Amino acid sequence: MKLITAIVKPFKVDDVKAALKEAGVQGMTVSEVQGFGRQGGHTEVYRGAEYTVDFVPKARVEVVVDVADAERLAEVILEAARTGKIGDGKVWITDVDRLWRIRTGERDRDAV
Amino acid sequence: MDSGDTAWVLISTALVLFMTPGLAFFYGGMVRAKHLLGMLMQNFFAMGLLAVLWVLIGFTLAFGNTGDGGFIGNLDFLGFRDVSGAVGGGGGFLAELTIPFVLFAAYQMTFAIITPALITGATADRLKFSAYATFIGLWLVLVYAPVAHWVFAGGWLAEMGALDFAGGAVVHINAGAAALALVLVLGRRKGWPDELMAPHSLPWTLIGTGILWFGWAGFNAGSALAANGVAAQALLNTFVAASAAMLGWLVAERAKDGHATTLGGASGAVAGLVAITPCAGFVGSMPAILIGATAGVVCFLALSLKRRFRFDDSLDVIAVHLVGGLVGSLLLGLFADAQVNEAVAEEGLLVGGGAGLLADQAVAALATLAFSFVVSLVIAKVIDVTLGLRITEEQEERGMDLALHAESAYAFGDFG
Repeated sequence: MKLITAIVKPFKVDDVKAALKEAGVQGMTVSEVQGFGRQGGHTEVYRGAEYTVDFVPKARVEVVVDVADAERLAEVILEAARTGKIGDGKVWITDVDRLWRIRTGERDRDAV
Repeated sequence: MDSGDTAWVLISTALVLFMTPGLAFFYGGMVRAKHLLGMLMQNFFAMGLLAVLWVLIGFTLAFGNTGDGGFIGNLDFLGFRDVSGAVGGGGGFLAELTIPFVLFAAYQMTFAIITPALITGATADRLKFSAYATFIGLWLVLVYAPVAHWVFAGGWLAEMGALDFAGGAVVHINAGAAALALVLVLGRRKGWPDELMAPHSLPWTLIGTGILWFGWAGFNAGSALAANGVAAQALLNTFVAASAAMLGWLVAERAKDGHATTLGGASGAVAGLVAITPCAGFVGSMPAILIGATAGVVCFLALSLKRRFRFDDSLDVIAVHLVGGLVGSLLLGLFADAQVNEAVAEEGLLVGGGAGLLADQAVAALATLAFSFVVSLVIAKVIDVTLGLRITEEQEERGMDLALHAESAYAFGDFG
């Protein structure tokens, strides 16, 4: 099994979700995160003064998939999350040793 | 005794008291979440400490020997001695009031509570609670009571001819000057001015603004100390000045910074309420709009002072209360109108009077500013070298809520 992790723009989460469902994915986890990349934060104005805020709000999407599907689904996320502008985020794939479904005790590929 | 007058001042007393929790939330929304309870506590605590001190010593120092043209009251009313439910009992105008003496004293108590609380916006996120409690207690006795005597109790400024309907000098210039002195001794918040310290909940600030606006009806119209035409004019003036100031602030903000912000709308309304305070029962409706609009623009522009001169007036108490109080006190010298209120002995420059009132207003404003600034500076210095004014850097990082009060404002987690 593989874990696909994607850091995307928050307003792109719905598009990513729809695209993954379309591609056959049955579950995913989303969390609100903050960070910076080459974009280097953003500016906010308060009481007329401009400030640089290092950490920009992003969404983290995580989905565990079968080895055979990993590459294809990462591509699906890339397509869905891309705006072409700075700050679009990243996608990466990592190995997953073991997987259980808690309710049934199913393991590995059966639990995907 | 007049039952109508008494009923209105009873209600006004409750209205003004309600402004202090309103102020708590006005400021509370503007601080970061980890400091919210620290801010709320300072404001609520003012209702605890200062009400008691007012009965014990504050009232007599402010209103003892009313009408003497002097500097401070005597001790005739120590512990509210002879302050009863009957009409009359004090000197000067107090003898002619149509409301119970104890009601007048209670009404004034609510002013004595909110005035020191105004300072908390300037010292946000770093003033030690024990130091705050000590400061406002001493300040009530050493600064507020004398200045109230000068202006509200027929002291030297009133005798000179200066006018202050509900506290432009006594409340706003006074608190604003004290705030400036205190932040100079206290120093800046860690990270200011480079770090963005954005308000954590502007909805709180807007609710607080609404409560302040509502309560200000009691503050200004109640200061007529009667249910009459002057009170009604003061009420209308209070409302339209806040409205015009909000418009003035937002137009200026939009033009300079590109957006009309909710914080700007709230700050503008409060700036208008501040500026109309000295004028409320002395001017007509159109001047009230002009005074409000002027305050909205001028106070907005005054925001930049703290960055230019590098003092961390965290929530803009100086730009709104000191500057707004000065705007109102001085403009009264232009617009005071004997047709609105027969107590206006010398009319404003634009209403047909000479420049005499304007000069008196300037003297009253500067005297209040200078006295409050100097005495506040001394009190702050003394507390700093004895108790210490500031929380530690670690406490500041952790937040006032947990570090000083062992509580959190928001416990939203689902994990028990």
